[in-house]
Amino acid sequence: MSGEFDIELPLLLEAIHLKYSYDFRRYALSSLKRRLEQAMEHFNCRSLSALQERVLREPEVMRGMLAHLTVQVSEMFRDAGFYRALREKVVPYLRTYPSLKVWIPGCATGEEVYSLAILLREEGLLDRTLIYATDINPEALHKAEAGIYELDRIADFSKAYAEAGGRASLSDYYTAGYNAAVFDKSLREGVLFSDHSLATDSVFAEVQLITCRNVLIYFDRVLQDRAVALFRDSLCRKGFLGLGAKESLTFSSYAAEFAEFVREERIYQRR
Amino acid sequence: MLGKPTSSATAPEAILIGGSAGAIEVVSLVLGALPADFRTPVVVLVHLPKQRPSALAGALSGKCRLALREPLDKEPLAPATVYLAPPDYHLLIDEGPSFALSVDEPVNFSRPSIDVLFQSAASVLGPRCAGVLVSGANPDGARGLCAIQQAGGLVAIQDPDDAAQGAMPEAAIALCPDAHVLATTEICQWVQQLGAWQTSPRRGST
Repeated sequence: MSGEFDIELPLLLEAIHLKYSYDFRRYALSSLKRRLEQAMEHFNCRSLSALQERVLREPEVMRGMLAHLTVQVSEMFRDAGFYRALREKVVPYLRTYPSLKVWIPGCATGEEVYSLAILLREEGLLDRTLIYATDINPEALHKAEAGIYELDRIADFSKAYAEAGGRASLSDYYTAGYNAAVFDKSLREGVLFSDHSLATDSVFAEVQLITCRNVLIYFDRVLQDRAVALFRDSLCRKGFLGLGAKESLTFSSYAAEFAEFVREERIYQRR
Repeated sequence: MLGKPTSSATAPEAILIGGSAGAIEVVSLVLGALPADFRTPVVVLVHLPKQRPSALAGALSGKCRLALREPLDKEPLAPATVYLAPPDYHLLIDEGPSFALSVDEPVNFSRPSIDVLFQSAASVLGPRCAGVLVSGANPDGARGLCAIQQAGGLVAIQDPDDAAQGAMPEAAIALCPDAHVLATTEICQWVQQLGAWQTSPRRGST
């Protein structure tokens, strides 16, 4: 079974690329295999070839595949230390700019976007900030733009917000409905939700801060390098790059072009 | 002692140890017994609350003669190193072999999940990895251990009667009846023999 699967996998990715221009050919194999096995089960296909047949001929199956291949459910204020370091060490630099641009690539359903918007609001910077929140999955972007999260996740978000050095109560930023918390739309007035692929698209703006956390772990080394080169070319001199807790530029071809700014929280500064 | 190697079994490039409730004590004994010249990389995954830094590193530091650390994404497996699965990520083995991480949904209510680690290792290393499953109160790891065995790797399970929590070993025994079932002291010896096999390539014998 595994032999055929390994043959079919690159064929399926090639087919998706040719038909829909989504490029998963340089995604990390270990996670991709798991996700494709789940997709096979979900679409009740006995093989990746059978799945490929459906993906090519049924666009709605491709939409479903996107959810299997891209969506990572994140939490607000994941890794309190990262947000504390942003607040205490990066914000003082950001204050020196008359206007700010921030890019959150791979924003998925937006938890990171609202976390950052709240932090910038509390630091008095949100009004002069434009946030680009980008992803390749249009359904995830719609959810991000809506800013509605299940109520049963909010207790964890509130705890993380407090640990991350939040100045108020998270409930100041949302309205609770029956089953959901709706985040204040003023938080996203300066947010541009947009389609952008780290695998196929190019630089679109000069920014002072990029946070891209637990996105690059899904890429192989070649695609990671492509993404990091995009970050380098998008950041202004001395701009900041925040990665996930277990991500590092150590294995990147562009390591020398960034300095470690807050090493333990994976915050880098472009040289 | 190595026993029952399948025809394809070969000196492991990585030894993977998974456990949950009651596992830290066993893992401490196994790691503590490893000699300073033990070369084969060891990967340890114990279910723990998602605090950071992880309680595992604290519990194990000072008990092991080898370098001990949480791997970064894409870090290649290095000899003479014990890697600890970081909290709140799945840990996988990818081509290289190197480590890969994911924040995909929990599996068996667990992130990291032992099944995810073991299945990825079986897929990439095949017969060149060995898996050990110890004490725990949930069935995570059983399918992964089975995957390693089916790929030709060597597997061992802590004797449920010897484990603080027997549910995890029992689930694994039910799924892979051919695996060795070993007491804690035997697990220590078994892991050491796997490492010795690496330095002097020779089939182990019972």
